[in-house]
Amino acid sequence: MGEPRLPGTYLKEKEMYQLPGIVEHRPDAKYSFSAGQAVSRFLEGLKQGRILGKRCPRCGRVYVPPRSYCEYCFAPTAEWVEVSGEGEVNTAVVSYISTFRERLEEPEIIAVIRLYAPGYTGKKDEYEFPGIFHKLCGVKPEDVMSGRVIGMRVRPRWKPPERRVGSITDIECFEPVEG
Amino acid sequence: MRVALVSMGWSGFRPSVEELSFREMMFEAAMRAYEQAGIDPRRDVDAFISCQEDFWEGIAITDEFAPEPIGGVLRPTLTVAGEFLQGLAQAYMMVKTGYFDVVVVESHAKPSDVESMRGVFEMAFDPLYLRPLKAPNPHFLAGLMASAFMARSGVDREHLAMVAVKNKSNGLYNPRASHSARITLSDVLDSEPVVDPLTRYEIAPFSDAAVVAVVASEEAARRLTDTPVWIDGVGWSTEAGTGSMAWHDLGSMPSMRMAATMAASMAGISSIMRDTSFAEVEDRYSFAELMAAEEALTGDALEAARMLENGDFDRDGYYPVNPSGGSLAMGVAFEATGGARLLEAYLRLLGGGEEVEAGAERALVLSWRGIPTRTSMAVILSL
Repeated sequence: MGEPRLPGTYLKEKEMYQLPGIVEHRPDAKYSFSAGQAVSRFLEGLKQGRILGKRCPRCGRVYVPPRSYCEYCFAPTAEWVEVSGEGEVNTAVVSYISTFRERLEEPEIIAVIRLYAPGYTGKKDEYEFPGIFHKLCGVKPEDVMSGRVIGMRVRPRWKPPERRVGSITDIECFEPVEG
Repeated sequence: MRVALVSMGWSGFRPSVEELSFREMMFEAAMRAYEQAGIDPRRDVDAFISCQEDFWEGIAITDEFAPEPIGGVLRPTLTVAGEFLQGLAQAYMMVKTGYFDVVVVESHAKPSDVESMRGVFEMAFDPLYLRPLKAPNPHFLAGLMASAFMARSGVDREHLAMVAVKNKSNGLYNPRASHSARITLSDVLDSEPVVDPLTRYEIAPFSDAAVVAVVASEEAARRLTDTPVWIDGVGWSTEAGTGSMAWHDLGSMPSMRMAATMAASMAGISSIMRDTSFAEVEDRYSFAELMAAEEALTGDALEAARMLENGDFDRDGYYPVNPSGGSLAMGVAFEATGGARLLEAYLRLLGGGEEVEAGAERALVLSWRGIPTRTSMAVILSL
């Protein structure tokens, strides 16, 4: 049996838009964003399987993904640093349904990875750190829900070089470091 | 208590600043302004105002991108979804409250990032009346305004072209005027109309740009600079949205007059023409400069046209209008366009740089927010 029907006349979406008084408009809004000095080089790096960041000369903060300026010191970030890509899961979430509310075949795990950066240890409880948003693979939803993934050591799983295009999706996902 | 401009910085003013992101342009403009004022934004600025619109940016809730590049992270920052000069008015009021000594105003534009400019303009059109017409070129509104302006006032077609000739060549003295050219009246009049009567010389192209101003109370300004430029008055006014624009005379723009009158009255000036020595005004279309001159300066379009023809509005004339070359030479930078007018007036008042001449003491800045708006802003500056 389907959903119980409520009284009244049901309208299909198409019929609704034919009603007088409703004018449809689909936006035509297309952009091509200039990535700029810092992010362009970051994207080039991804194509080569490297994760690049920039260091603030004043406070030593490392920005991954890189910024041309330090948002705390308001100083230009001159020095480039390369990080290994290894890091720890800072927070993670499991999505079971899409934005349009249909159930996903496979639940999706998204995480914030706090990246290890050379010469930058930071504090455990600091507000800001070099990090990256990405998918987490090789872990079960239960590991996320139980909180076991928090602090887990992970590393990027790269796409093969011929399939990299200079995008954050050149990294397929982050996966646990064995052992 | 008086309110002053302590410094201004800029970035870009080129058709395409492809090597920088909008954030890097904001940073560059902010860095210039802060360096001149000798301030550290992390310590010395009480509030930040960014003027931007989501559809220009291609980012919804783009406010959240404002703080980082201008030093505003974890500090009081707000967005004015409008023009730079509206943001300046906001800063002026905040300083006047006495709670804020130093307020930063920022606006930026990256039109070179917008691939579907017509579609973005269309989003600003009334969804019921205007969008279904599917106008192929949003400049049609400017064409309607130009025709209505000429019909009402009796200003000649040639006068519109004279504005383009004057401003395009004024720009040759201005390093920020990428769209400058030495052109003649016949170049303009003989070229094909884009939207009749306007030719391509009379429609300002776009520019990528960022502008930052440091605004301060009198006390703070005197501490930070030897050369404060005083904001004697600000004004702004809006008429009607595109849904009701058709009921209004497109050949005049009372919002320009209201904004200018408000600023002048705040500045204690009874005649802007008499009490200021030059003006940077709206000119993203040739006719708009004459309309601005009529609404804010002469009260009569034919008188404005006569002064233009006489050379009174030339950069070395009796009363220079857009000595910088205006938008026709510098380009339209979305919400930073009025900021560009302010920047040029500020620099000219200071007499700094080889492109400006000293001697002026007071200036009018007048900007319109461009099609399809009927919103105008005015500022009176003095040395």
